[in-house]
Amino acid sequence: MVNKGMVGRQGPRFEMMVERGKIREFARATGSSSPGYLDAPDAVVPPTFLTTVVFWQPPEAADLYRAVDIDLRRLLHGEQEFLFTGAPPSAGTVLHAQTVVEEIYEKEGRRGGVMTFVVMRTDFTDDNGTIVAQSRSTAIETGRPPTAEGA
Amino acid sequence: MTARDLSVGTRLPDRTFGPLTRTDFVRYQGASGDFNPIHHDEEFARAAGFDSVFSVGMLQAGLLATYCTDLLGPANVRRFKVQFREQVWPGDRLVATGTVTQVYEADEEPRVDLELTMTRDGGGIAIAGEATFATDELGDDE
Repeated sequence: MVNKGMVGRQGPRFEMMVERGKIREFARATGSSSPGYLDAPDAVVPPTFLTTVVFWQPPEAADLYRAVDIDLRRLLHGEQEFLFTGAPPSAGTVLHAQTVVEEIYEKEGRRGGVMTFVVMRTDFTDDNGTIVAQSRSTAIETGRPPTAEGA
Repeated sequence: MTARDLSVGTRLPDRTFGPLTRTDFVRYQGASGDFNPIHHDEEFARAAGFDSVFSVGMLQAGLLATYCTDLLGPANVRRFKVQFREQVWPGDRLVATGTVTQVYEADEEPRVDLELTMTRDGGGIAIAGEATFATDELGDDE
């Protein structure tokens, strides 16, 4: 069961290096051959690239997810959003990342059972502390395990 | 595309991705760091009640993102949002579509909002999405 008391709880702050090779690898894995990703020395990150933040999370970052306590057998990825205050971060940038439990709410599922929505937001700031990007992930704990037919 | 091409209701050219292979799933998992075995381990997927492994939701989200950044420019994206609907299976072809829903100015730059879909060829909508792009770098002519 999801622990609703976790709203507002923050994970650790940590650094994420934006690397040109990683941008190229990610762009190719997502079907892009745009020179803006593959060839530019100051390549920007693709819109969904910030999902690779998992490579930079310190081990204790998992504590936040454990504390929210979603049942992994009933977990669905519902929505994902990325926001950029200007052009997306470019190769060579050092980002400072921190995740917060933004919101937890419930809805009645279409086929019965209560679905619990957990919204996690990660803020990415530059060296001056200015937010340059945000990632917002909505996980759903379904009333029963998901199947091939969906939630 | 040029800024002049984009007005409310403009339909972006469709683009087809795939058919997706297990190799595509694995390559995305390696690039993204999401190693959930349900996307590459056939035995694990069957034990969980599925007919086979299936794609990573964030892979088709990434393909949909590529669809619009290839058209409107990697540096111009300001927002990208997806809602996951249907699972995507090995062999699926995916068709990306986009429509301009709003043309406006924000943060001192001209912007467009897009409504996006990624549809399984012969199936339903795998992903519904929205995006915002700045258009001042696109220019008014080719």
